[in-house]
Amino acid sequence: MLDVLQSINNFLANLLHLNSYQQGIIILICVNIIAVLGMSVLTGFTRLFSFGNAGFMSIGAYAAAILTTRFNVNFLLAIVLASAFAGLIAFLLGSVTLRLKGDYFLITCLGFGECVRVLFNYTKNLTGGSAGYTGIPGYSSMFFSVACTILAFYIAWRFIHSKYGRNLTSIRENEVAAEAVGINVYRFKRMSFVFSAVYAGWAGTLYAGYLMYIVPSSFNLTKSCELITTTVIGGLGSLTGSVLGAIIVTVLPEIFRSMAEYRMLLYGIAVVLVIMLKPSGLYGYKEFSFKRMILWFKNLPQNMRNLPKKISAKFSGKKADPQAADNGGSQEGGQS
Amino acid sequence: MFLQQLVTGISVGGIYALLATGYSLIYSLLDFSNWAHGEVAMIGAYVALVVSSSLGGMPFVLASMIGIAGAAIVSYLNERIAYRRIRHNNSPNMFLMIAAMGLSTVYQQAANLIFTGKYRQFDFRLPVSTVQIGNTYLGVLDLASLVITAVILVGLIFLINKTQFGLNVRAIASNPYAAKVLGVKVDRSVASVFLLAGGLAGVAGILYGMKYNIFPTMGNVGLKAFIASVIGGLGSVPGAIVGAIVLGVIETLVSAYVSSSLRDFFSFALLIVLLLVKPSGLFGVDVQDKA
Repeated sequence: MLDVLQSINNFLANLLHLNSYQQGIIILICVNIIAVLGMSVLTGFTRLFSFGNAGFMSIGAYAAAILTTRFNVNFLLAIVLASAFAGLIAFLLGSVTLRLKGDYFLITCLGFGECVRVLFNYTKNLTGGSAGYTGIPGYSSMFFSVACTILAFYIAWRFIHSKYGRNLTSIRENEVAAEAVGINVYRFKRMSFVFSAVYAGWAGTLYAGYLMYIVPSSFNLTKSCELITTTVIGGLGSLTGSVLGAIIVTVLPEIFRSMAEYRMLLYGIAVVLVIMLKPSGLYGYKEFSFKRMILWFKNLPQNMRNLPKKISAKFSGKKADPQAADNGGSQEGGQS
Repeated sequence: MFLQQLVTGISVGGIYALLATGYSLIYSLLDFSNWAHGEVAMIGAYVALVVSSSLGGMPFVLASMIGIAGAAIVSYLNERIAYRRIRHNNSPNMFLMIAAMGLSTVYQQAANLIFTGKYRQFDFRLPVSTVQIGNTYLGVLDLASLVITAVILVGLIFLINKTQFGLNVRAIASNPYAAKVLGVKVDRSVASVFLLAGGLAGVAGILYGMKYNIFPTMGNVGLKAFIASVIGGLGSVPGAIVGAIVLGVIETLVSAYVSSSLRDFFSFALLIVLLLVKPSGLFGVDVQDKA
């Protein structure tokens, strides 16, 4: 199985003239996309906030690592089991914490993520502690990761555009109203939480299969923050925006290698500016469509003419005209 | 031995309390957790460090004052430039928190770039001596920081409960709209609270820097303080103080008697368990989520 995938991968790599470094970047992009998609469903569509997704990533990564090395489980089965395990943990955690309001839920997520990291550091017999876990088979080839990402995107897209997804969006817009029309808010919040944890776990398994070596400290609070940052830059409430955000955030530091140490600084600034000036992010509540892109290019001259006015309106804090105003209000949420 | 650990715990808790009250004040006014608060403490410590080391003959107390002022100004600018805009956009509260998270990343990374990740210390040292009471030894630094925090916190409680400023703050916390109608200058009061919280964070940063080291990620102590304020009940200042001291004592005792690598695990587990038993913290009022 692994051989077949490996040969397809080699064939594709030769076809596209990609060296192993470029393949590595593509794999990392895929890992980030999957994790950010989970985050996007949770934060962008349900408006729940989790600082614990790095914890779910590490659960997925370690579960897959242990299953493949200790129990010689087939890697496909290991990925499924590990992601499901992350989802199960999220189900249990969500069952008890999702009834907490607002920031209290968030802080339990944060606490959970840190607990996982400290525990993995501590249980040296099982996880190798802070020295890391080695000898994971390298199953995440470029082809396989891209295939996983496409599958993940498809599932997330179908999920968001299903009855369940619409329920989540209604919870985002107005929790009380959602409850009033008969949506079981608690149950759907939990569904969204589990969904994001499964995705985080999935991303973790791919990450483990690519690096073949994992340490608990690579899944720290900074990683969780990075996932949120990417989601916000990409756009809250847009799956395609999240994908784009993940690609940008992963690729830019590779292109500007000399700027790599400024990476997180610039992302931090970007997040603050996005939230202040265009809270809906790159795509905000809209999905990418060719039709709109063509329209955008058509209207480009006019838009450019209006640009100075728009910018001055933004910075003076007033809304010049309804078209220019792009506030964080979410009246048009859920459109696609 | 136990008494010694207890005093250390309370003095660590005091540092947490200085930060935790800031979280509580801001949460009670604006309903969001100001994630950048720990970084404000870090900035205070660095400002004091730079001032005291570059201007050689300056007394340390004066350098600390400048550090505290620096932290207060940064906190004020956060509110003035970022948070106020977002509030006036009528964005959901979550956006304030995301912005705060972004700011915290910015400060942490900026400190990392300017000062590198090196651990630094103030030139100024309190004598590393101990005071003997009975057969326990108490560190001078611990006692000093305990006294400083106690004085400041008593002052803070006085300020909130007995002055016009405190009255305004409590009015806004209870209902910002009604407060505005009754003539409270909401934006100005919020800005003063940010100044106050920033100053407290600066004190915490300098004390923490004296006790341990000064490094770019020292702002993560803000996380502990946040937990403390959650334990005490978000938005309650006395709760934050109690929560901070409880957390400080538990941490010190766990690292002394159980295992120092499991210290954080215990504090986070305590947090989760407490929230499950008493969802609004020890002193918190049951906040209805605004729809």
